[in-house]
Amino acid sequence: MNRDIDKEIHNEAHGMTSIVKTVARFLMGIIFIFGAYIILYGHLTPGGGFAGGIILACGYILLTMSFGKEIGLRKLTDNWASILDNTGALLFLVIGLLGFTAGSFFLNFLGKGNIFDLFSAGTIPLNNIAIGIKVLASVFAVFIALSIFGRVVSDYVEDEEV
Amino acid sequence: MQGYYPLFTALPLAMAFLNLLVSKLSKKVSDYFAFLVMAVLAGMSIKMLFVQPFTYQVGGWAPPWGILLVSDGLSSMILAVINIIGLLSMVFSISYMNTYTAKPKYYTLFLLMVAGMNGVVITGDFFNMYVFLEIASIASYALVGFGCEREELEASFKYLILGGVASTAVLFGIAFLYSMTGTLNMPDVAHQLEFMEMNRAIAFVLAMFIMGFGLKASTVPFHAWLPDAHPSAPAPISAMLSGVLIKALGVYAIARVMFHVFGPNDMISAIMMFLGALSMLVGVIMAVGQSDFKRMLAYHSISQMGYVTIGLGLGLNPNVSPAIAAFGLLGGLFHLANHAVFKSCLFLSSGSFEFRTGTRNKFEMGGLIRRMPVTSATCSIASLSISGVPPFNGFWSKLIIIAAFIQAALYSQGDSKVWFMIYGIIAVFVAFMTLISFVRLQKSVIFGKLPERFASLREAPFSMVVPLIILAALCLGIGIAYPFIHDTLLEAAKDALLDKVSYVNLLIGS
Repeated sequence: MNRDIDKEIHNEAHGMTSIVKTVARFLMGIIFIFGAYIILYGHLTPGGGFAGGIILACGYILLTMSFGKEIGLRKLTDNWASILDNTGALLFLVIGLLGFTAGSFFLNFLGKGNIFDLFSAGTIPLNNIAIGIKVLASVFAVFIALSIFGRVVSDYVEDEEV
Repeated sequence: MQGYYPLFTALPLAMAFLNLLVSKLSKKVSDYFAFLVMAVLAGMSIKMLFVQPFTYQVGGWAPPWGILLVSDGLSSMILAVINIIGLLSMVFSISYMNTYTAKPKYYTLFLLMVAGMNGVVITGDFFNMYVFLEIASIASYALVGFGCEREELEASFKYLILGGVASTAVLFGIAFLYSMTGTLNMPDVAHQLEFMEMNRAIAFVLAMFIMGFGLKASTVPFHAWLPDAHPSAPAPISAMLSGVLIKALGVYAIARVMFHVFGPNDMISAIMMFLGALSMLVGVIMAVGQSDFKRMLAYHSISQMGYVTIGLGLGLNPNVSPAIAAFGLLGGLFHLANHAVFKSCLFLSSGSFEFRTGTRNKFEMGGLIRRMPVTSATCSIASLSISGVPPFNGFWSKLIIIAAFIQAALYSQGDSKVWFMIYGIIAVFVAFMTLISFVRLQKSVIFGKLPERFASLREAPFSMVVPLIILAALCLGIGIAYPFIHDTLLEAAKDALLDKVSYVNLLIGS
């Protein structure tokens, strides 16, 4: 899937054994595709932004757990997790606020399209995508906060330097 | 104005998330952002006081299905209290929070808490109320532990567990109501309940709500988290927690649900009056012996919230004459607003003293009026106000509550006569004890001998002094302008709360 992940597979220095790493590398793509599917079809099938976001976050958690924290944080740093977290929340709110242009907060102002089409239901798929980003980033951030950070959190140090 | 009603939650939420993004580029701007959004909210909330009642349908969905936002006299009054105190605490934070790290995160949590409280106040939907209750509570758990010291984390954890139990109880009650009525819209639930007899399920829901909202309002059997949580938080947050949060999440929610959804009821009235009297007594007795300045104020919060609860309890009583019930209710609501003003002033001045002296123990301070005259003067005004000395605002609200109970005792029949008299006497006794406690506080902190090591103290920074002066001016101003406030704000809030019929009619009207 990715060159530096391939290099890490037989590196016993960090992460679990190469058996776990091989299986995790194989599963990762499937997990991400499934998560994206759950988010994008959220308005048609069971699931949606939250469930899909959790699945995507589980993909990253699997990566971190099997390959060690260096690889996990290289793919999604805590800084980017925080940025994505805020962006997802803001996107959701902006979609709600855009409803004001058509008259009411959270009004579904886009065309509804045909029922059971992928591009239908107005703003709901967009809301699902925003929630997906938010949940992915915040669940991953909670995971790294609980598991990796010790007493010193990265931006805590930043603040003290200022 | 009506079209922008949802901005009361949307604006602080947007700024909370934007703030963290922007703070990655520059740390300085978050002060201005947070101040700006609170100033806009305070301006909007003052404007709301002069707007007629209306409803707002989120997303254009009609009431029983969609989320309904309700504006009436009560919600306008509480919104004004939340956002004005919020603005002043925010101004105070600008200098005070320099002693902590991660200031942008503090502002984010602060704005999330304001968004949650505004949401609880504007909503007319049970589940929406629960969600906003949780937003405000979770932000406040994090803010209580913001200092990350041992004591603060312990207080935060205790608050988290007890607050979580309260939220679960509220959610459980909402689930029961939903299973009985099949709707979450508050006017619709009220409408459905009118056709039901009192049964065990409703009694269970009442118990859950009294426990859940009572824990958020820290009435006495559920008060254990407050004396730890309020002193541990940074001073502006103590002011917000004690001045606003326990009112918006606890008392406002309980008033809205009990008056508008369940309607006046003998049993709820008796329970609320008893809990109120117990809170007043226990709070004040525990407060007298405290040496920690902020811990003493926290116990007084419990005691003063007892006045509000007892006033609302009398308002809920269907057996006394409607005029007396309305009088008690008015006293409770007035005391709610007054307590927000003087208690946030006291907490902010305690923060100001702590900022300069570095201690919270009131026996280590002394003679501070010679070194910090403005802070001492405002602290003294707020102390007189909380003790109910005329002409400050606390005097009027206590007078109304006591007068309402004495009237209720004189003009009603049966066993309840004795109880009303006892509650009235307790209210007088607690006012007296409060006075003793605050006279002692002033003696040991403001007057007396100045310790050697404080000889070179200076007055607190400008941005900390300004909110104190404004709050002290409000203490005096509300007291003097009482007739005006009574005719405009309080009457509107009281009428809105007593008028269950027009609340139920919101369902048809909108």
